[in-house]
Amino acid sequence: MKYMDEFRDPALAKSVLAKIAETVEAIGATKEKPLAIMEICGGHTHAIFRYGLDKLVPEGLEFVHGPGCPVCVLPMARVDDCIDIAERPNVIFTTFGDAMRVPGTRGTLLKKKAEGCDIRMVYSPLDALELARRNPEKEVVFFGLGFETTMPSTALTVRRAQADGVENFSLFCNHILVPPPIKALLDDPDMNLDGFVGPGHVSMVIGTEPYEFIAREYGKPLVVAGFEPLDLLQSVLMALTQIKEGRAEIENQYSRVVPREGNAAAMSACDEVFEPRPSFDWRGLGEIDHSGVQMREAYAAFDAERKFGVGYGAGKPVVKEADLPEMQGCRCGDVIKGALKPVACPKFGVDCTPEHPLGALMVSSEGACAAYYQYGGAREYESVEAAE
Amino acid sequence: MCLGIPGKIVEIEGDGATRMGVVDVGGVRRQVDLTCVIETDPTALIGEWVLVHVGFAMSRIDADEAARTLEALAALGEAEEEIAAIRETERMLSAEAAS
Repeated sequence: MKYMDEFRDPALAKSVLAKIAETVEAIGATKEKPLAIMEICGGHTHAIFRYGLDKLVPEGLEFVHGPGCPVCVLPMARVDDCIDIAERPNVIFTTFGDAMRVPGTRGTLLKKKAEGCDIRMVYSPLDALELARRNPEKEVVFFGLGFETTMPSTALTVRRAQADGVENFSLFCNHILVPPPIKALLDDPDMNLDGFVGPGHVSMVIGTEPYEFIAREYGKPLVVAGFEPLDLLQSVLMALTQIKEGRAEIENQYSRVVPREGNAAAMSACDEVFEPRPSFDWRGLGEIDHSGVQMREAYAAFDAERKFGVGYGAGKPVVKEADLPEMQGCRCGDVIKGALKPVACPKFGVDCTPEHPLGALMVSSEGACAAYYQYGGAREYESVEAAE
Repeated sequence: MCLGIPGKIVEIEGDGATRMGVVDVGGVRRQVDLTCVIETDPTALIGEWVLVHVGFAMSRIDADEAARTLEALAALGEAEEEIAAIRETERMLSAEAAS
């Protein structure tokens, strides 16, 4: 066990792993018919690979990597919209570093920056607002993406912009929600998931109640987990124990950070500024009902979609990811759904590498493909290599 | 961007009415919005540890949790990335002021 010495408490990790093995055996899962546990959050995916947890657990248990990496599920058309805005005269386009390298059909924001567009990486949307204050003659646009974890930050920034009358600031809102894609995956007849490891920091904002339908309507367990390797192993054991005992509940392993009721101030800011969209297009998953948010009428003056007439604000149907010629041959969709391992994609490591990503799963360290690539991947990756 | 980073609140702006303050993140100071962690008196937050996400304090944590989280983030290379983003933005904004 080459990774064991890296655990905070190797003895405890060993004992949790032994209990996981016992429980998998008691359930009767085998290498041929493994249990599938999906970790939803990209941060968890990264930690699983970093610590080789997928190799430490018994063969009767498989991690399926979920859609919780915001840049990975961002459709090319949204990147194209960003470039469309950034190319307008008098615009300073700002975004998180992660988004700079995501390919659209016309390249990345990084490439456009090199070509002369005023595109800047900022740490926080507050920095974009500050840029707007300092450049009253410019239009400063912040590209807001991410799940419920980052949503309060843009909501609160927009609220500050309105309160202070910073009218040259706007938000290109592309925030998405965690529960709707989980429901979509559970409704997908190709998917066979036995349980979930739930996201830590999204849950810190929304609490655990929004996951209750997973247990109630689909009979699957979900355990909200922290980011240390031991947190993940303990959460997996909690989910497996539920399966063994025939229970399906929403449990919280990360209660030291995640309150059951979430963060009221954060949720009320989001609710004030945003409302659900009828539907939103996801890379790999397609259109999912009510899976994204848009800005409410009261904040229309700070809405880049309305200001620049782009994306869902353009007044015409958005370009669907699945229809793009660029995506032909890419199997990102199947990988995001967990139906295909990254190495089984014909582009993996050949046309698609972290240096030259075709699909967004290769862009971020939270993407399953980049994680496989960086850490040498899981059992099947090694067997593929050995076979070559 | 999603994992955030623990920071210690070292300063509250003015009387706290703006709900802004300063955290120390791995030795780097950064302005943060405190809206999501203020209970009653913002000044009572000085010395407290919080999880900071893209410039917003999102949750109060204890010192032990802060240390464990920092360690876990460092192992993933995320702590370094986060601090680099804070520094780079600071440089970008000060160049802006000078121009």
